[in-house]
Amino acid sequence: MSLIAIRNLCLRQSSACFSPSRKMSSALTSLPSTHQMLQKTCRDFAEGELKPIAAKLDREHLFPKEQVDKMGKLGLMAIDVPEELGGSGLDYLAYSVAMEEISRGCASAGVIMSVNNSLYLGPINKFGNAKQKEQFVTPFTDGSRVGCFALSEPGNGSDAGAASTTAKDKGGQWVLNGTKSWITNGYESEATVVFATTDKAKKHKGISAFLVPKPIEGLALGKKEDKLGIRASSTCNLVFEDCQIPKENILGEPGMGFKIAMMTLDAGRIGIASQALGIAQASLDCAVDYASKRIAFGAPITKLQSIQNKLAEMALRIESARLLTWRAAALKDEGKNYTKAAAMAKLAASEAATYASHQCIQVLGGMGYVSDMPAERHYRDARITEIYEGTSEIQRLVIAGNLLKEYGL
Amino acid sequence: MARVLVGVKRVIDYAVKIRVKPDKSGVVTEGVKHSMNPFDEIAVEEAVRMKEKKLATEVIAVSCGPTQAQETLRTALAMGVDKAIHVEVTGKDLDTLQPIHVSKILAKLAQDEKADLVIVGKQAIDDDCNQTAQMTAALLDWPQGTFASKIEKGDGILTIVREIDGGLETVKVKTPAVLSADLRLNEPRYATLPNIMKAKKKPLKKLTPKDLGVEIKAHQEVVSVEDPPVRQAGSIVPDVDTLAAKLKEGGFA
Repeated sequence: MSLIAIRNLCLRQSSACFSPSRKMSSALTSLPSTHQMLQKTCRDFAEGELKPIAAKLDREHLFPKEQVDKMGKLGLMAIDVPEELGGSGLDYLAYSVAMEEISRGCASAGVIMSVNNSLYLGPINKFGNAKQKEQFVTPFTDGSRVGCFALSEPGNGSDAGAASTTAKDKGGQWVLNGTKSWITNGYESEATVVFATTDKAKKHKGISAFLVPKPIEGLALGKKEDKLGIRASSTCNLVFEDCQIPKENILGEPGMGFKIAMMTLDAGRIGIASQALGIAQASLDCAVDYASKRIAFGAPITKLQSIQNKLAEMALRIESARLLTWRAAALKDEGKNYTKAAAMAKLAASEAATYASHQCIQVLGGMGYVSDMPAERHYRDARITEIYEGTSEIQRLVIAGNLLKEYGL
Repeated sequence: MARVLVGVKRVIDYAVKIRVKPDKSGVVTEGVKHSMNPFDEIAVEEAVRMKEKKLATEVIAVSCGPTQAQETLRTALAMGVDKAIHVEVTGKDLDTLQPIHVSKILAKLAQDEKADLVIVGKQAIDDDCNQTAQMTAALLDWPQGTFASKIEKGDGILTIVREIDGGLETVKVKTPAVLSADLRLNEPRYATLPNIMKAKKKPLKKLTPKDLGVEIKAHQEVVSVEDPPVRQAGSIVPDVDTLAAKLKEGGFA
């Protein structure tokens, strides 16, 4: 059911309306009741099913297949996909809340969920035709399958317009050649959205987006990267060598690829911001819990100003980032331009996560440095949030670009 | 096939650290996280499972309390309950509300809604009364199966395994009956996102105790609420003789 239909239905009933203006003002003080229930489900799931195994998943680099399956059954793997396609038909605020709670339990489960929702299902849901949605959306909504998004290459990350992977029209088929790197869910995914140049002369306007099922002949996977953090999710290269895909697997029109990628990343940034919030919150929870029990100088260290200052700063940065994230989600849900808001959210949240996890180790002292406590894992998990889906440096450029436009410059 | 009435109570969340109000009149509830009583979650889960097994046709959730009790009812709807009834009790009445009043309300609703089964949690984690199921059964003159850890439906008969101090007791009760859910009866489900969305369209009726002919009359008065005494540290003794001597000293032997 479309959001408009839900809203109209709710307007016929009394409470907890989905009207946009009411949603925004209530989000500043408390979430709408639907989102609160969703938050409870996600928190209970994260605490009961993810938190107890997160350390093991990290240590052994295990993809949490069983948990992803359960998350799918809960409706978390396709949150804003319409119900008729198999999704939950909720909004981006709901997605942000869910992402934060899941990531608070396990950051890897969070990124697996985020890539599937924002980077894979997002563009296909927006730009795909009915046949493409049937093949590439519906089977990927219940947690049994995940997808991935292939934009970065060994030669370009931030410089996305310089894509060197090519797609040549060879009589009835597209033939893909090139290498994509740093692909999250690379190993387990059963389909990917790939960006390749169809017309080099047009530079970034000559990039197109394609849908590639996996496994497929002509597509090989590189080695699984040995990462600092989010180790339960797989990251690898996708190597295309004369990989043939049907003509109808182009997503949108030729030359639309760069635009699709940028629009997709805008939404993805809300997902990653939410993941960072989850990691940051988990760090704060860990620090407060430890500080309340650790006795030094005759009292729990929560009584010491040095510790209080740290906790206050951590909480401030998290709360600020959360409000930015919710605002970006609300703007998106209202159909408004949210590019600058999403960039601010991702920047603020990722830096809040690295700050909070750093200070969490500091509060725990020696205990923060050993794997008996989750602090060191949060520290390692947080670091990537300042890099993927747009480095902090790129976010600043996006913010500045949009800001100057607002001033008419 | 059975129509099931489930009683749910909104209580302070089990994970919250309880603080006593400075005037000793009660505990702090303002701004504190509340949720559905855990044993009531188990009761709702059991009722919904009965419906899935086609042993029940309709499940109705009831909650007595202030406006916020509707959140608890919505959670029940999101778990699969068909419709909800909010019996609004506020202000002074809320302070006076006791299991005796709730039982009268549940008994009247059981009759009005033509329920074949009433299930509630065995006790609420705030007052630990463990009275509502028993009183409701008595008022209705229905048999009861309390502390249920297993429920099996037969023909007009329910076989209940009860957890009692001595172990497990099996009883058979004829329906209609009142049951209370114990911890190991089942593991409640998470409310899935699609179900949370569906819950918004399910009916929620509002009533007052007066509509049901129940008067919230005070049967008792809370004199004071205090923290339990702070636990004193123990001491380690070097040998058994010292232990025996200390026990005698303390009057324990």
